Amino acid sequence: MKFIKNSGLLICIAGFAFFVGSIFIGDHNVTPEKFNDWVNSKGIKSEIFIKNAEQEIVGKTFSSIQLSSTIIELAEKSTQEHQDNIQLWQNSGGQDEKINEEWSKVIWTSWSSTHKDFTYPLLQATINSPVKENQWLAFFLTFGLAIIGGLLYIIPDFILLGPAGIKNNKLFQHSATNRGWGGIVTAVFFVVFYFLLYFFPDLIINPILTTNKISLSLSGNPASQWFMYGLIYCSVMTVFAVKMYIKYRHNLYQIIRTTVVLFFQVAFAFLIPELLVRFNQPWYDFKNAWPLNYTFFFDWNINSLLNSGHLGMFMLVWGIVLTVIVVPVMVYFLGKRWYCSWVCGCGGLAETLGDPYRHLSNKSLKAWKFERYIIHLVLLFAVVMTGATLYSYFSGATSILGIDTYSIQSWYGFWIGSIFAGVIGTGFYPILGNRAWCRFGCPLAAYLGLVQRFKSRFRITTNGGQCISCGNCSTYCEMGIDVRSYAQKGQNIVRSSCVGCGVCSAVCPRGVLKLENAPEDGRIIDNPILVGKDEIKLQV
Amino acid sequence: MEHIVIIGNGVSGITTARHIRKNSDKRITVISGETDHFFSRTALMYVYMGHMKFEHTKPYEDWFWKKNRIDLVRGFVQKINPDNKTLELTGGDSIGYDKLVLAVGSKPNKFGWPGQDLDAVQGLYSYQDLESMEKYSPSTKRAVIVGGGLIGVEMAEMFLSRGIDVTFLVREDRFWGGVLPKQEGELISRHIKKHHVDLRFNTELQEILADENGRARAIITKEGEEIECQFVGLTAGVSPNIDFIKNGKIETNRGILVNEFLETNVPDIYALGDCAEFHQHPTGRRNLEQVWYTGRMMGETLAQTICDNKTPYRPGMWFNSAKFFDIEYQTYGWVYSELKSNENEFYWEHENGEICLHLVFDKTSNALLGINTFGIRMRHEVCEKWITTGKDMNHIMEHLKDANFDPEFYKQYENQIVNQYNQQNGTTLKAKKRDWKRIFVKN
Repeated sequence: MKFIKNSGLLICIAGFAFFVGSIFIGDHNVTPEKFNDWVNSKGIKSEIFIKNAEQEIVGKTFSSIQLSSTIIELAEKSTQEHQDNIQLWQNSGGQDEKINEEWSKVIWTSWSSTHKDFTYPLLQATINSPVKENQWLAFFLTFGLAIIGGLLYIIPDFILLGPAGIKNNKLFQHSATNRGWGGIVTAVFFVVFYFLLYFFPDLIINPILTTNKISLSLSGNPASQWFMYGLIYCSVMTVFAVKMYIKYRHNLYQIIRTTVVLFFQVAFAFLIPELLVRFNQPWYDFKNAWPLNYTFFFDWNINSLLNSGHLGMFMLVWGIVLTVIVVPVMVYFLGKRWYCSWVCGCGGLAETLGDPYRHLSNKSLKAWKFERYIIHLVLLFAVVMTGATLYSYFSGATSILGIDTYSIQSWYGFWIGSIFAGVIGTGFYPILGNRAWCRFGCPLAAYLGLVQRFKSRFRITTNGGQCISCGNCSTYCEMGIDVRSYAQKGQNIVRSSCVGCGVCSAVCPRGVLKLENAPEDGRIIDNPILVGKDEIKLQV
Repeated sequence: MEHIVIIGNGVSGITTARHIRKNSDKRITVISGETDHFFSRTALMYVYMGHMKFEHTKPYEDWFWKKNRIDLVRGFVQKINPDNKTLELTGGDSIGYDKLVLAVGSKPNKFGWPGQDLDAVQGLYSYQDLESMEKYSPSTKRAVIVGGGLIGVEMAEMFLSRGIDVTFLVREDRFWGGVLPKQEGELISRHIKKHHVDLRFNTELQEILADENGRARAIITKEGEEIECQFVGLTAGVSPNIDFIKNGKIETNRGILVNEFLETNVPDIYALGDCAEFHQHPTGRRNLEQVWYTGRMMGETLAQTICDNKTPYRPGMWFNSAKFFDIEYQTYGWVYSELKSNENEFYWEHENGEICLHLVFDKTSNALLGINTFGIRMRHEVCEKWITTGKDMNHIMEHLKDANFDPEFYKQYENQIVNQYNQQNGTTLKAKKRDWKRIFVKN
């Protein structure tokens, strides 16, 4: 069994090695046709850039990094000249026409937002590599090996971990799960991955190509970085769901929850949207509610839905109904968990890939205070950003109170959508625990949390006086709730951040905690009384 | 300002301190020789197994004590001078008090076995015991554990998590035979063996043998068998840790003798928790109860008395819980290892042999007296209501679903249980649906 497990690890690492290694192979040969196609599709008007690029790029062979950086260099150079010209025109007092013409020649290449859209199509079109020639083989050597290896690594635990039960042995003694070198290496890998994915997809054309055949068979389109990410997301969740099934095979709540959250990811966030695209419908994730889905009210999304007939209209209405009615009503009856740990994609990854890191969340009072400030600030930011977006949409004004709407959107997209949710939220799993985004950043979680705290039937019931203050519940709370502090007082746990994963109840050695949807009456216990004591009732 | 000094920072002492602070502005000092801060000793096993770090066993963050003006002193009290109300600490320091609370806990029993003080022979009670287990573990291939109770099974689980083989010597013919009825004892014994523990019943320790460095190298049983081992766990219960108090003015027996207000025979000196022994238990329970929650309840009670609201200790119905490897155990009311003459029983066991429910009731009135459950969680409040109001077995069977506290989606066995009850008693009872109203309405 040990042998199978270790071989699995090696095979899995080999899969990752092929995946990462593919970044460094192949080259780009920019033919005049491909260059012209790109110039036309991007609508590049700068004659300076085109002239320079024809000299420096066309007909030559580059590595991905060389080509990408050369394009950016040339673009910046041309932009500099155009901006100098604008300056000149302005100084000489006018000629708006000329100025506008120069502005249209400027190429925006900020690394955090516009760069990738500019360079990616040319790099994608010009790659020559063994991956491109053998896409199925490449898929097998990367995804195939990583998945098979991962499963071989995980499945022997069914025997190795002994009889079913809570098996958290050595989590705090292993470098990967206790912020040791293993954890740091993993975190660095995740962070680099997210930076490349969000900001430099032009440098990972080969990894994206490994999923090309799957994309073609689903949506009929070539794979984008987002398709690759979706496939990675689903694969990782599936493999780690198997780990959950083995670890919690005695706990039907965990098994059903894991199955449902995996289903929603694979079906709703991946297959259905891709198939919609195949049938010329907008890419749409029916479960992704605003404000987590912060682009929902962006003009391009609304326009695309409005232009997609009855289905598009249904999607638009559904998106609003989901946020305004479905989400709060469900939270009233079931608690925030119905979304956060049963349906949500972020939650799904946190509950599968993130499960081995759940004990790393910060339980201090300080962290809780910080959490309450920051998550509600993000919610406020999301509301303001969306408000500005809708104002611009209906009024046609591009700015509100002197602030450019597009800038607000870009700010939100970069800081919240990419850095907070992705780079920090997932990249820092091995450092901050698996729910850093959900706890500190997710505006939807903040909204659900307000409902859960003030108007819901959900609570974690504390079972009388059985608590022995051991601290398993607090240690394994991924949201950093000090569950013990309530349980040892005989107080029910009613907290806005609780996502109802059920692990506190699972790890409790004394059967003290139970997730329950029960009458609101008596849900919050202000003056808890430890059951089992007959003397005067003490206020705690 | 009155100065309350508490010796011991376990759950009893700390609960007393916290509740004195809630109710008064008295000066509070807590003295401990064990650790700087209060921790949950029930969680020491999880630190060893890597489920937690030591910091996770502390129920309060370190700033809590200063904020609540509870002074912590690290040191050992050597002597109590009740006449001039001072304490002498090892090292020569002296601390004065107005009221003294003894919450000094207990220590593992040693019954005079030859070799019981060798290196790598110990119990598991204190933080230092944990450190010592850590120290000897890397050089231990097999550990022998003596005494089949709760700490013994914890120690077995700890060693197995490090791949150390365990031989477990149990004096009775089943695990925890002095407490558990035969059925449950056998159920847990099977489960312990399933985890590959070499479990030996009717076996007692004769002697522990030393190697040339004074460390345990083997044990000899009463039957004369020699078992090679590098560690011996002594887990045959605990007794009050009161050597430094004995032979003074404070009256002791096995523990420090107290009345129902937790007062000792010396004015302004109180004792509670593991180390306190009642002359006569106020509600007829055992005079010495060394469990977590009674320490906490005594602390809450004593704080009232110290804050001038004299309150007798009145624990309600007995309850307890534990976990044996993967099987959880809860008990409410009294289920003795042998039925008493007025008692009858109903026992249901799942076909997998790892889940059971054991009800003990009065022969004549059919009123429920006690519940043992393994592998099913039950709702404390409901069980308490049943037992304290003397509900009869028919009522229990019909409302069994109200008491289920297992996580959602868990398989429930009430219908099976009631069916078996009907077959055995010729009744036609049906388990009613769970009803929130019944569960949450008080009394």
